[in-house]
Amino acid sequence: MTTSVALPGPHDVFRRALPNGIVVLVRENWNSKSVVISGWVDAGSLFDPPEHEGLASFVAEMLLRGTQQRDFQSIHEWLESCGASLDFSAGRHSVGFAGRSLAEDLPGLMSLLAEALQQPAFPPEQVERLRGQMVTALKIHEQDTEYVASRLFREIVYRDGHPYSRPLDGKVETVTGFTREQVVEFYQKHYGPRRMTMVMVGAVRAETAFHLVEDYLGDWKNPTQPEPPTLPPVPLLTAIERREAVLPGKSQADIVLGVSGPARLAADWVAANLANHILGVFGMYGRIGARVREQLGMAYYSYSRLDGGLGPGPWRVVAGVNPANVEQAVSVIRGELRRITEEPVTEEELENSKSNYIGRLPLQLESNDGVAGALLNIERYQLGLDYLLRYADEIRGVTAEDVLAAARHYLNPDAFALAIAGPDRSGASG
Amino acid sequence: MANENSQVSRHVLDNGLIVLLKEVHTAPVISWWMLYRVGSRNETTGKTGISHWVEHMLFKGTDRFSAGTVDSLIERVGGVWNAQTSYDYTAFFETMPAEHIELALAIEADRMTNARFDPQEVEKERTVIISEREGSENSPTFWLYEETRALAFRVHPYHHPIIGDMADLRTITRDDLYQHYRTYYNPNNAIAVAVGDFETGTMLRLVESHFGHISPGPQPPPVTRTEPPQYGERTVRVEREGNAAYVFVGYRAPAATDPDWFRLALVDSVLAGASAPGGNGIGNRTSRLYKALVETELASSVSGGLYPSVDPYLFSIMVTVRDGRRPEEVQAALDAEVERVAAGEIGEAELDKARKQARALFAYGTERVTGQAFWLAFTENLSSYTWYENYLDHLAAVTLEDVRQAAQRYLRRSQRTVGWFIPVQDVVQEGGAR
Repeated sequence: MTTSVALPGPHDVFRRALPNGIVVLVRENWNSKSVVISGWVDAGSLFDPPEHEGLASFVAEMLLRGTQQRDFQSIHEWLESCGASLDFSAGRHSVGFAGRSLAEDLPGLMSLLAEALQQPAFPPEQVERLRGQMVTALKIHEQDTEYVASRLFREIVYRDGHPYSRPLDGKVETVTGFTREQVVEFYQKHYGPRRMTMVMVGAVRAETAFHLVEDYLGDWKNPTQPEPPTLPPVPLLTAIERREAVLPGKSQADIVLGVSGPARLAADWVAANLANHILGVFGMYGRIGARVREQLGMAYYSYSRLDGGLGPGPWRVVAGVNPANVEQAVSVIRGELRRITEEPVTEEELENSKSNYIGRLPLQLESNDGVAGALLNIERYQLGLDYLLRYADEIRGVTAEDVLAAARHYLNPDAFALAIAGPDRSGASG
Repeated sequence: MANENSQVSRHVLDNGLIVLLKEVHTAPVISWWMLYRVGSRNETTGKTGISHWVEHMLFKGTDRFSAGTVDSLIERVGGVWNAQTSYDYTAFFETMPAEHIELALAIEADRMTNARFDPQEVEKERTVIISEREGSENSPTFWLYEETRALAFRVHPYHHPIIGDMADLRTITRDDLYQHYRTYYNPNNAIAVAVGDFETGTMLRLVESHFGHISPGPQPPPVTRTEPPQYGERTVRVEREGNAAYVFVGYRAPAATDPDWFRLALVDSVLAGASAPGGNGIGNRTSRLYKALVETELASSVSGGLYPSVDPYLFSIMVTVRDGRRPEEVQAALDAEVERVAAGEIGEAELDKARKQARALFAYGTERVTGQAFWLAFTENLSSYTWYENYLDHLAAVTLEDVRQAAQRYLRRSQRTVGWFIPVQDVVQEGGAR
């Protein structure tokens, strides 16, 4: 009512590229008492050796378990005693980091981030401690129907050894297999400033932020850092390929079905997103939710999501249903895939989704980490600092024909991956 | 301190509706919350899960707004809305671009009294909620929490799961639901909160225009089933399919309005790591229990929690046993650590750390209007929104001696319930009533 919409743009986002390759973006927010730091380095699971799935993830988790200067307890004592946080986690292409602190503690947070990136020590006892924690977590995942169905789904969609088929955290047998030397070797080869991006948002002056990064990371070099590997093409599915896992003792079955979708920079990215929004997001999970949940009362959740990034991420529908309802749910979802690929969406549906995409920006950009996430995307995909100012026009330009073409481009009601994990259904009715 | 810039104003409409307003002009958004003083705490055997089900039915339409149209109205302007049911409350919210906030008030005023509870919609929602419960049942820890809480509370309704027992989800009727709705959904049993980009006088007039005409209802029945004292430790083993063991310990804890609550909150921080209204984004790797359980490689994770409740609830500790270790080893190490704290081994530096952590969590929490509005509504339901506003002052006022005494008073074996989840391969089920 009194505050105008002030989208981040070239007038208040400051960008600087350091000589060693690090790109820094800053947006000041003096309404906040804290600062968010986030970004990534180019060392994700794409670099996992095939026999060592989960290595990139393991290395990322090790960075805050001891450096040349500080042991595990002193690192975390500093973080926790000032109420700060810092985490690393591996994605497929890169290792992301996210931290925040009160403004007064920002130099300390920056110093710790730089130390973790440049001088991790990989203490042998910490390697073993983490290994035990990861094995426990992986065993728990093996009892999680949604996790298992998602893993099977990836194995079907990204066949023939495509790196997207691998579980990010590896498997029990791979995590128990790698040595500390392999952990150190991975770090030495892949961690470096090339293609590193870092965003700071909050109560910090842009010049101060740039100086902090230059002081702490300006001298970082790693001449051995390889170029990112080229992704092989994803083989096209030509039929419904189904895999099922039985997990005894479960009450519900999880269904994951779908295909490989667009990458972020695909020409039809925005149209595909709007198709997905209409299919399984808007309101109570879009058209799929309206049928599976609202009309048939079969599921608490049944939605679709599209996860494209640097490469073609999955476009999938997820539903959790009673084991007796699996086949009917699949059939109804398949019917919705058919409808969205055969008929244009209605003008009302399209207007609803487009208005939502445009109208939700103030909510998404309310917090420091919301702004940081938007800036990271802008840098990753080279969208331009004025992207958010152009965004509404880009959305408004999409037509129902564009949405239909994008849905047809990727989805096919007769060719998709279907993964199911749940209790034994051989004795179930239906 | 949290209240240095306090701009909360509290109003009570003639019909009894409590209204809390706080202007925040950092972004053009407003969060609107409606909290009703009803949750699983108000439920009786045979009707468990009814508050949560009523919450679902409020999304199924009124004569003015049919089911589904509200989704479109809110989402097409970029707003979000949702609801939650807990032990002590049921709450609904809309967070909207500021210029559209009146829509939220119109929707909430309408469904306070006009929800349809169409019989067909009730039946469809029955299976949705059963599915929600079945989804939770897929997690081993759901069974552990359910059994342990049921054992910890024999008389008080905290005994029941919020989602409800399966038997009741199958038998609750449309009339049961509607009666529950009419008993508890009244302006004199509700708290309305707006936080965000508005001018207080304007917003108050808007609230008055949408809610002022709604008649108050009879005062809902009080909860009378107080939990009697506990005489001795209670234990339960849950044996089900799984790949990991868990240890859960719940100590009887005071209500949020008891001065001891803040003392025990500091004990929680020392033992299991920071938490405060606004978030839990700080790690707990320097907490006593992490050092005693995870660093010793007995456990893969540990967490603790002291829930701010209307009636006395639990201070709980949850441990995931590390692969290859046994719950007995974890329990012994946990007990040794808790007993050190109960014996008074706490230092001033640990309390200073806990207070600074709370200050940081508060600063992070104020970045979003949705969270702020939630906490104002939530704590007004406990006693007063000042519980939230003065949280840091409450912590500052606690002395080391207070904390030592609270640890001694509450961390007693005779006052706790212990549950172990034991993973097994072949479960023998008798009765087959699932």
